[in-house]
Amino acid sequence: MNKRTLEENIFKILMMISIFIVVGSLIVIIALVVINGTPAITLELLTQTSSGEFYLGAGGGGILNAILGSLLLALPATGLACVIGIAIALYLQKDFIHTWLAGFIRFSLDILWGIPSIIYGVFCFLIMIYLGMSASALVGIIALTLLEIPIITRYMDESIKLVPIGLKEGAYSLGSTKFETAVKIVPRQALPGILAGILLGLGRGIGDAASILFTAGFTNRIPSSLFDSTAALPTMIFQLSTSSLPVVRQKASATALVLLLIVFAISILSRTLSKRYTKHVIK
Amino acid sequence: MSTERRIQIETKNLNVSFHGHDVLRNIDITIPAKKLTAIIGPSGCGKTTLLKSFNRLLEIQDDVKISGQILVDGSNILRPRLDVPDIRKKMGLLSQKPYPLPMSIRDNVAYGLRIHSNKNKGEIEKTVEHCLQEVGLWNEVKDRLHDPASRLSVGQQQRLCLARAIAVQPEVLLCDEPTSALDPISAQQIEKLLLKLKKDYTVVLVTHTLRQAKRVADYVIFLYFGMVIEQGLADEFFNNPKNPETKAYLSGEIS
Amino acid sequence: MDRRKLRDFLGTKLMLVVTVAVSLLFFSIFFLLLYKSLFIFESHSLAEILFSSSWNPGFNQFGLYPIIVGTILVTGVALLIAVPISILSAVYIAEYAPKNMRRVVRPFIDVLAGVPSVVYGLCALLFLVPLVKDVIAPWFGIETTGYCILTASITLAIMVFPIIISLCVESFHAIPLSLREASLSIGATKWETVKKVIFRASAPSIISAVFLGFGRAFGETIAVNMVVGGITRTPSTLFSPGQTLASLIVSAYSDMMSSPLYESALMMVALILFVVVLLFNIFAIFILRRAKKRWNF
Repeated sequence: MNKRTLEENIFKILMMISIFIVVGSLIVIIALVVINGTPAITLELLTQTSSGEFYLGAGGGGILNAILGSLLLALPATGLACVIGIAIALYLQKDFIHTWLAGFIRFSLDILWGIPSIIYGVFCFLIMIYLGMSASALVGIIALTLLEIPIITRYMDESIKLVPIGLKEGAYSLGSTKFETAVKIVPRQALPGILAGILLGLGRGIGDAASILFTAGFTNRIPSSLFDSTAALPTMIFQLSTSSLPVVRQKASATALVLLLIVFAISILSRTLSKRYTKHVIK
Repeated sequence: MSTERRIQIETKNLNVSFHGHDVLRNIDITIPAKKLTAIIGPSGCGKTTLLKSFNRLLEIQDDVKISGQILVDGSNILRPRLDVPDIRKKMGLLSQKPYPLPMSIRDNVAYGLRIHSNKNKGEIEKTVEHCLQEVGLWNEVKDRLHDPASRLSVGQQQRLCLARAIAVQPEVLLCDEPTSALDPISAQQIEKLLLKLKKDYTVVLVTHTLRQAKRVADYVIFLYFGMVIEQGLADEFFNNPKNPETKAYLSGEIS
Repeated sequence: MDRRKLRDFLGTKLMLVVTVAVSLLFFSIFFLLLYKSLFIFESHSLAEILFSSSWNPGFNQFGLYPIIVGTILVTGVALLIAVPISILSAVYIAEYAPKNMRRVVRPFIDVLAGVPSVVYGLCALLFLVPLVKDVIAPWFGIETTGYCILTASITLAIMVFPIIISLCVESFHAIPLSLREASLSIGATKWETVKKVIFRASAPSIISAVFLGFGRAFGETIAVNMVVGGITRTPSTLFSPGQTLASLIVSAYSDMMSSPLYESALMMVALILFVVVLLFNIFAIFILRRAKKRWNF
């Protein structure tokens, strides 16, 4: 074996070790959450709200407030982000604006994508204080919307960009206006990509803690209006894991398990839906 | 007919399939040494596949199955546990579109030298100059050897790729339609170079222009739908084709 | 104007408004944070804040130096771990892995990218903290609670893997097969081709990926907060507890309401975080776009 082959073999081993570490990390994460959390998954956990005792030991209560809170925050946020996202994505098509302006807007969106979620939280927190509001679901929804807009818009933009120009020209030659074509023809063709983006945004919204920590507050009750503060799965995990009691940490793992299952379900849904709707797409 | 006709490459029952589709079937051909053999035929008939099987470049793609024998100087290069980079060193490749490596002009030519030989810097410089002279590029680039190769024109890039290939002293030059992406003047330059180089190297040229084959080939292999229809001396092939498909192709009926 | 045209006009103008508003969002964030930070500059100079080593808001001391050191250590070590592992993994996936293995490994990477940061923090708590405390530190002869810089770094490294790996794989795939053939046909081995051709050709993308990974690590708040120790003293070793800029914001959240000066100081921390991540991201995106244009063969 000469020197060149030896070098290649050494690096091949290093590569395998690296892949092993990466894949192994995910396996460890899943294993930890499942092993630690499953014992605490009871009907009570999923159907009751948390209480004082919940945090102090084997006391009763559950995370229903967190589960519902997450849905209350993430679903409207994703909906809003979709509406805004599609408006921007459609507008970015070449027919409406100059390329340099579109380039600048896309650049801004790329930057917004990379902003740490805590900054969105702080930003909304400051505005919230200025307006004299207190931590509530409403502010949390806005923070999550801001967080999700870059993600969803980027996916929509990329999918729409891939729509072949011949399709649009066909619509124009039938008398469609730019706006009509943009709104009726283009989204159908770009549907798989759009769906993937929406679900990705939703997943991010359900899983993020930093943006809602200051803005949505935390409570043991189920919020009765948008102006109540609300717990959410990520913030619940954060709270529970600071405890020194193993029993409470087990509950944290259980909550994490619920969260992971939801996020994974969304991800699988995203993949299946994309595949299903690709049949409408003209290549 | 030359009396000293050594066979450089020979295939026996070579079969190649991609993703389950047969691309080459029962290929039995011989490539004589130090002559220019042209592989001709309509597009998509497996010419490039045949060429790339000689230096075992096919296997870097997914789902490729190769069976049969490819004998280079008598030994089968398809046998397992072979040092493939070593075989490849024997065969230089010139692609359809020039692909200069992402480095300077000098480094492109020196690439193979630095890998394979223990020459010192001075010797490498001399070899680089020699190769660039051989392909007629030296005068055009001698003042800017450290410029990135991507700055050259397409014709110059192709000649650079040729210089890069001959730097490692191969025995065979595999050329895959090397002039099809070039302007007529550069194409002519490459053709002239190939004619010059065939004295020292075995040249295998895939081409889909009959006129090019007529201009440069000593031997011809006609490939049609993955099978060898006819092969032999160029003169005989063009003036006295034996097969009906060959006649049809030569007369322009099929292309 | 008939109804269709009116609808068109309004629709288009609405789109414009929304688009402009969102594009200017990052300007709004920047100026709001800046505005809120100004207060603390009235009583403390920038040099004092950045270089003084005591962070004692109760005593009007706002020295960020220990926290800056903590941040650099945590992020630096995280990247030191993540970059080689990610690049080697990416090379394996793109160049060496058989097709079946590629199909299996890809979803792992995607799933890893989707795990929420709280869960990373929790797993770090459950697994890494005891590991560092009972295995790694004793091996070096050091005692630690496990809530330290190293634990945070390892956690961040794992979070950064998917970012660098997927960007690198994408850029390796963009390199045309013929370029690899050109190198291999001269008799180079696959690894030599990777070293001398693939890395060179995708160098901008790799650098860009590392910068984006850096931005992610620098800005990660929750997971770091759970395991870094939260002590605002300059860490003496990797096994000391520490604090990072991002994590500080969370730790101090409940206290900051007690004084406007404290609040202003934390807004300044947020501003620094924002600006640093912004600069790295701008740089990375810029390089990435230029590289994409170059490779449209």
